[in-house]
Amino acid sequence: MDGDRAPERTRVVLGEVAARRRPTDRTRADLAEQTPVGEALVKGLVRAQLALALRLALVVVTGLGALPLLFVAAPAVGTVKVLGVNLPWVLLGVASFPFLVGVGWAYVRWSERNEQDFIALIRKPEQ
Amino acid sequence: MNPYTIPGLILVVVVTVGIGAYGLRFARTTSDFLVASRAVSPSWNAAAISGEYLSAASFLGVAGLILRYGVDVLWYPVGFAAGYLALLLFVAAPLRRSGAFTLPDFCEVRLRSPLLRRLASVFVVFIGCLYLLPQLQGAGLTFATVTGGSYVWGALLVGVVVTANVALGGMRAITFVQAFQYWLKLTALAVPVIFLALQWQSDGRPPVAPPAGAVFPAATAVVVEQDAVIDGVQVHKGQELHFDQGDPVPQVSTVDANFGPDWLLPGGERSLFATYSLILATFLGTMGLPHVLVRFYTNPDGASARRTTLVVLALVGLFYLLPTLYGVLGRIYTPQLLMTGHTDAVVLTLPEAALGDGHLGRLLGALVTAGALAAFLSTSSGLLTSVAGVVFTDVLRAGRGGSVRDFRLATVLAAILPVTLSLYVSNMDVSRVVGLAFAVAASSFCPLLVLGIWWRGLTDLGAAAGILIGGGASMVAVLITVLGAPMSGWTAQLIGQPAAWSVPLAFLVMVVGSLLTSRRVPHDVGATMLRLHAPESLRI
Repeated sequence: MDGDRAPERTRVVLGEVAARRRPTDRTRADLAEQTPVGEALVKGLVRAQLALALRLALVVVTGLGALPLLFVAAPAVGTVKVLGVNLPWVLLGVASFPFLVGVGWAYVRWSERNEQDFIALIRKPEQ
Repeated sequence: MNPYTIPGLILVVVVTVGIGAYGLRFARTTSDFLVASRAVSPSWNAAAISGEYLSAASFLGVAGLILRYGVDVLWYPVGFAAGYLALLLFVAAPLRRSGAFTLPDFCEVRLRSPLLRRLASVFVVFIGCLYLLPQLQGAGLTFATVTGGSYVWGALLVGVVVTANVALGGMRAITFVQAFQYWLKLTALAVPVIFLALQWQSDGRPPVAPPAGAVFPAATAVVVEQDAVIDGVQVHKGQELHFDQGDPVPQVSTVDANFGPDWLLPGGERSLFATYSLILATFLGTMGLPHVLVRFYTNPDGASARRTTLVVLALVGLFYLLPTLYGVLGRIYTPQLLMTGHTDAVVLTLPEAALGDGHLGRLLGALVTAGALAAFLSTSSGLLTSVAGVVFTDVLRAGRGGSVRDFRLATVLAAILPVTLSLYVSNMDVSRVVGLAFAVAASSFCPLLVLGIWWRGLTDLGAAAGILIGGGASMVAVLITVLGAPMSGWTAQLIGQPAAWSVPLAFLVMVVGSLLTSRRVPHDVGATMLRLHAPESLRI
C-alpha cells in the first residue's frame, strides 16, 4: 500500500520545493560558504542583537546604577516615605525585581523579532 | 530542641531521593538525561536552574546581612537577580547555540585552544571551591543553631554527606529534583513570613529602627562568645549577660554591625566604591558560575534558552522579596544576633523568637530549617558535580574511557579544599564569601564569554592573558581576604571588593592582547559566529 502512495506524494512536494527554493539556496550558500555577502548578513544580525542588548543594558545602568550616586548626592531621598517605608527600601527591595523582569521580557521579544527579520531576509526570493 | 526539626529534615531528604529515583526511571545514562531534559518546558527548566542557584547565601545570608547593615546590602539580592539579566542579554542564546556544555568546552569551540581550555579549568575549579565554601559554612551554622552542636561538626558532616552523595551518584542533577527544591525553598520562606507579619501587626507594629537604636523585645540572656568590650566594660568568653525587655542592644567591639537608627538610610558604613564594586561583581559574575552554565545545555535551542533565563529571572526575583522581610523583622525580634555576630542565623531563629515556642512557632521553625537544608544540598551537589566533572576530564584526563572510580576520585579531590577551608572561615558572612566568588567569575569568564560571543577579533592569547591578569589578580585579592590578612583604609577596600578594578582590567587586557596577536584569530571565526547567532530554524 505504501508503495502505491509514495511516488504520488513525492512528486507534489518536490515540485513545490523546487519552485520556491532555487533562489533561496544562493543566499543560504552565501551564508554557509562565508562569501562576502554571507559575512555581511551575519555581521548585520550580530550588530542588531548587540545594539539591542547594549541599549537595554544602558536602561538598567541608568535605572539602577545611578541609585547609589543619587543616595549620596541627595541624602534627603533616603528619608522620603512611600506607604510608610523609606524610598530606598521600596526601590531596591521591591521595585527593582519587576523592573529587571520587564527589561528581560522586552529583550526576549525584540531579539526574537531580529531573528525573524534575519530569517525573512534569507528566505526572501531574489529578484 | 525543636521536636519537628528532625522529621522535617528527614522528609526533605526522602522526598528528594524519591523524586530522584522516579526521575531515574526515565533517565539512566548521561545522554538519556540530556535528551529527556529537552522534553522539559522552559518553566520546569527555569525552576530547576533557580533551585540550583538559590544557595545558603541567598536563603540565610541575605537576611543576615540586611539585619546587620541595613538598606545598603540590598544590592546583594538585586545583583544576584540582575546577573540573570546580563546572562540573558549577552550570553544565553549564543552559548546554547555554541553547543558547549561547560566553560572549557566553550574555549575549545570558539578559540580552538587546548591551552586556554586548561586555564579555564583551573578557574572553574577555583570558583567552584570558593562557592562551595559558604554552602558548608551555612550548613555548619544551621547545625550549630538548630542542635546546639559545634560549627565544625556541622560543616564536616554536610561536606562528607554531599561528597558521598555525588561520588556514589545518589543525587544526580535531575531537573525535577532541582525544580522541587526551588518551590520548597520559596514555600519555606513565604509561609512563615505571613505569620510573622501578622504577629508584628498584633504586637502593635513595633518600629523597625527606633530612634535610640535596637532594643530587646523580651528579657534575653546572651552568652559572650569571645572577649570583647561592651559599653566600655571588658567582658570575657562564656560570660552570660542579662537584658530586660526594652533595654537597648549594646554595641559589641568585636562585631561589625550597624546598631543605630541610620540602619534605615543608605550610604552608611559601606562606601560608594564598595557598592559599585559589588554591583559589578554580581551583575557580571552570574554568567561565569560553572553550575549555572551547565544547565543551559538542557534547552532545546537558543530561543528557549532565552525564555528559560527570563523565567529564572522572574522566579529568583520573586524569591528575593522574602529575605529582606526576615532581615527587617529580625531587627525587632532577634536583636541579640547583633551581639553574637551570628546574623546569618536570623532566618532560622526568627519564627520561634517571634511566635513563641508553641506548636506554630516550632512547626514554622522546622519548615525554614528544612528549606535551608534544601538550599545547601541542591547548590553544593550541583557545584560539586560540575567541579568534579572538570577535574575528571581536564585534570585527571580521564576522557570518555574514564571509569566511575576516576569520577569518585575527582569528587573527593574537588571536595577536600572547600571542606578544609570552611573549618577556618566561620566568622565571615556567608553572602560576602559568595560575593567574592562572583568577583572572580566576573573578572575571568565574563570578559571571555562576552568578547568571545560578540567580537570576532578575540584570540586565544588575548583571552588567556585577560583571564590570567584580571582573574588572577582578583583571585589573589580574594585569597588575601578569605585568609584574613589585616588591612586598613583604601588597600582594604581595593582588596576586599576587587571587582571594580579587576573586571575592567580583564576586559582591557583581553582586547589589547587580542589586537596585538590579531594574526591568531581563528580562520573559521565567520562560521563560528554564524553558528552562535543564527536561529536554529535555518539549519545551515
